[in-house]
Amino acid sequence: MFAPSGQVARMSRFANPNRFLRWSDRLVPWLATVTGVLFAVGLYWALVASPPDYQQGESVRIMYVHVPAAWMALFCYTAMAGAAAVGLIWKHPLADLIAKATAPIGAAFTLLALVTGALWGKPMWGTWWVWDARLTSVLVLFFLYLGYIALNSAFDEPGRGARASAILALVGLVNVPIIKFSVDWWYTLHQPASVIRLEGPAIHASMLWPLLLMAAAFTSYYFWVLAVRVRGEIMAHKIRALRLRQAYG
Amino acid sequence: MKRKHKRLTFVAVGVGLLSLAAALFLSAIGDSVAFFHSPSDLANHGDLGDRRIRVGGLVEDGSVQRGQGAEVRFRVTDLAQSVPVVYVGILPDLFREGQGVVAQGRLRDGVFVADEVLARHDETYMPPEVAESLKQAGTWQHMEAAGAASMPADGY
Amino acid sequence: MDPVATFLEMGGYGRFVWPAFAFTALVLAGLLVQSLRTLKSREAQLAFLRDAVERTRPTRGEAREA
Repeated sequence: MFAPSGQVARMSRFANPNRFLRWSDRLVPWLATVTGVLFAVGLYWALVASPPDYQQGESVRIMYVHVPAAWMALFCYTAMAGAAAVGLIWKHPLADLIAKATAPIGAAFTLLALVTGALWGKPMWGTWWVWDARLTSVLVLFFLYLGYIALNSAFDEPGRGARASAILALVGLVNVPIIKFSVDWWYTLHQPASVIRLEGPAIHASMLWPLLLMAAAFTSYYFWVLAVRVRGEIMAHKIRALRLRQAYG
Repeated sequence: MKRKHKRLTFVAVGVGLLSLAAALFLSAIGDSVAFFHSPSDLANHGDLGDRRIRVGGLVEDGSVQRGQGAEVRFRVTDLAQSVPVVYVGILPDLFREGQGVVAQGRLRDGVFVADEVLARHDETYMPPEVAESLKQAGTWQHMEAAGAASMPADGY
Repeated sequence: MDPVATFLEMGGYGRFVWPAFAFTALVLAGLLVQSLRTLKSREAQLAFLRDAVERTRPTRGEAREA
């Protein structure tokens, strides 16, 4: 039962979280500004300045939110599993917090990819949803995020939650290449990759640049919210440590 | 061995074994994950009975015939084999000759009777003017070639 | 047709394009606001607890002496 006091000692032994608090305090306003500017410019290009598609007309504009959301869903999962592994192996307290703070952001990106994909699929494919390999594996990714969040907070002692959820995150990592290559390995309704592929992008520059701008905006948003959430997690840790010190004298 | 190294080995071996298991599992389920079958699959498969299946490929150029009411007849091709399809209903916006399509239904006397038709598009995106100038310059890869390239060569 | 209406119509795909962008804005803004609020409330809670610790320290010392 005295594990919590070990937690307190560990918090003070590692200076990292405090160092993070210091430099993230200076970084957050910059990330906020960069995210705001990228979204303003990116949305103008996505909705106004970019051309319609020769096949899909104006509906192609959904791509500018759908594709960055899907990329970030995969990026966040990889980052979360990587941070969780570092936390698991090297007991790095900041790594655990980064993994925990990334999960809800990744889940939000996955939800966005699923919903905007449905809104794009209805007019183009003729259906909101099909159970093909791509769509199904992305739905599995969403459930992995939810499972991670639930497991992480299922224990009274945060260290145990971090360990259990880290193992789930690592097991779920096999889903990431399955999502990426599902469209190459099997017949799917979803088309293969347009940008990240061996032959080079199959998307015209006038549409590729707005897409990359929006992807940059999404990435910057992730680091902004991540910094805020990790600060929040450190605060929660400090509150917990203070309460325990009061309780145990 | 230090505990840190033990944990590292545990995670590395765990992830390795898991990837191996996943790879074996995926190659075992193989074709069954496919969302649709190609006309060649259908031709090789003999009697399908009354099973409801999906067939996918490209809408063959010049094959679309509008019948009475909402009836449409067309051929789905994978450039090796093709199958005639009949469908009554509303077609998706992307349905056109030379574009990808997935039809769901039953094969009856060599004709695929579809109850649902979904459009499939390739990975190419460009403005209409660019498509037009490519066609004029003669550097346009025919949509069939582009569409066929976007499909896996075999089941997986 | 005036240009604003044409823009909103999105070539007939307005009812798919706008919900996609609106839902994205809603989710991203919601997550950001929730993250900022959680941080603010925890910062306030921590400041309050630290104050409380400062305030109780002398009394505890007196109690021990007594």
